[in-house]
Amino acid sequence: MLPRTLRISCARTQLPRAQFSKAIVSQFRTYVTSNAQQPAELKKTPLYDFHVAAGAKMVPFAGYSMPVTYADQSLSESHHQVRKKAGLFDVSHMVQHRFKGPAALQFLENLTPSDLTLLKPHESTLSTFLHPGTGGIVDDLIITMLNPEDFYVVTNAGCAEKDLAYINENLAVFERKSEIEHVVLEKQGLVALQGPDAKHILREFLISAMGDVSKVPDLQHFYFGQSMFVDTPFGKLHIARGGYTGEDGFEISIPPATTVEVTKALLEIGKHGDKLKLAGLGARDTLRLEAGMCLYGHDLDDSTTPIEAGLKWLVGKRRVMEGDFLGAESVARQYNDWSLVERRRVGLTVEKGAPAREGAEIVNPATSEILGKVTSGCPSPTLGQNIAMGYIKSGFHKAGTEVAVKVRGKTRKAVVTKMPFMKPNYHKPPVV
Amino acid sequence: MFARTVLRASRFAAAPRVAPRFIARGFAASTRVNEVIKKYTKAHEWISLDTADGSNTATIGITAYAAASLGDVVYVELPSVAAEAVAGETFGAVESVKSASDILSPVNGEVVEVNEALNEKPSLINASPEENGWVAKVKIAGPEVLEAEGLLEEENYKAFIEKA
Repeated sequence: MLPRTLRISCARTQLPRAQFSKAIVSQFRTYVTSNAQQPAELKKTPLYDFHVAAGAKMVPFAGYSMPVTYADQSLSESHHQVRKKAGLFDVSHMVQHRFKGPAALQFLENLTPSDLTLLKPHESTLSTFLHPGTGGIVDDLIITMLNPEDFYVVTNAGCAEKDLAYINENLAVFERKSEIEHVVLEKQGLVALQGPDAKHILREFLISAMGDVSKVPDLQHFYFGQSMFVDTPFGKLHIARGGYTGEDGFEISIPPATTVEVTKALLEIGKHGDKLKLAGLGARDTLRLEAGMCLYGHDLDDSTTPIEAGLKWLVGKRRVMEGDFLGAESVARQYNDWSLVERRRVGLTVEKGAPAREGAEIVNPATSEILGKVTSGCPSPTLGQNIAMGYIKSGFHKAGTEVAVKVRGKTRKAVVTKMPFMKPNYHKPPVV
Repeated sequence: MFARTVLRASRFAAAPRVAPRFIARGFAASTRVNEVIKKYTKAHEWISLDTADGSNTATIGITAYAAASLGDVVYVELPSVAAEAVAGETFGAVESVKSASDILSPVNGEVVEVNEALNEKPSLINASPEENGWVAKVKIAGPEVLEAEGLLEEENYKAFIEKA
């Protein structure tokens, strides 16, 4: 058996693709591991020992040794655990930044098409760093406005080097560079507590940490896309409501010294009724795909614009009109005229049988014309059918369009499907 | 499977005339005496041949180690009956939630039967990778085909996966 598609892959993170494939191949074929194609020193998150003790299958990912699955659950079981109860993901490999100062907003708006003036304090948005000229996506990221002069930003581990070079290059030529301070939060922990039980677990954790219910912040009126700082005996935690699974949940940024303690405390609370279990990159990938979310390096890359990627919603109208961000010209052209968008990111449902995975061709069943390519795909554990996302020639992108995908030379029926594939379970304010 | 082979061998070894030869030639000698021969590949397939019935029909599947590594199998692409199997070449595939893997034929031969049960229940591969989750039966030239270099005895395969 030769692993072919090797898509264990993961969370909002680009990978050195070949290297990642090697990592999985090595599970099957020893000679690959022996010929020094992996970097000698993989980095470890603060939770590394913890994963190993929990029987995790560790693989190299974005320069880190990361858990894919844990001994007590298969990938599907772990996936269902998150959808039905809760899972805890170590995402400490992701890069956490702070951009502070009077020019922070202007600088971030220079790199992204987002209208950051629309954010209230402690609100977040998905955004993209863009290349000048082409408007291609350097990386996707989450920007949280703590206050108008202080932004908390999370970027992908797999893009760390590229992003830092990009930030530094642009900072060097930024006229107000003396009014901005960029800090990478080295060794800061980041865990994602995801699933319908996440709120109960977080509340119990905070009650026990604060020792007094009255000191626990109100989670009922704390909504998707918002964040808060909580001063605890474990230090100051930044808690953001959201995640990468389509479920309600929280991403908790933890000081280096207490990352292990906080993780242990959360898991201890979640033991009761098996509410919370550790979950790895494997489940993270299938969960995010069901939720229709992009994985950088697969569904997004340097040559893809936010409009093609179906991320027009994150491009600010004011920003397009003012045109003062990198890649603005290209993005504005596509923003104003769909006829200039040659391909579109779409969801696909593929007929029973072999799933279409990354690289599979999307074809016109009538003419065999190649219409595009699948960028992510898997059998969906929640839906019990094969789902995928990919890029398709404009005109074929409408939901319900019947196309075909080629898997190992065989043509399989597929239908363009609206994403997300499942109904997200976010905690949003009631619609008035 | 291996345990059963050993059992039979030792029973046979009790016969005085054969015992010395059997000991001298080691385990391989059991292949001469109506036994099941089972070998493994470095690509994690197994092949077994029951020499008792003289049919020269070998059964092929993926190993327990491979099945565990793949996780939940959701689809098995079976070869076609009457297709030619070529040693080292793809003749099927296994899809799990996390990945797709080719199944390589361990030997040359002709596919004479495929495990249709896998169409309905691909998880048989996880539940019983080396028994009920077999993939295909292949007609081969003879038992000597299983002596090919590159086909490992169980102990060597075990050592191989421990190093992996």
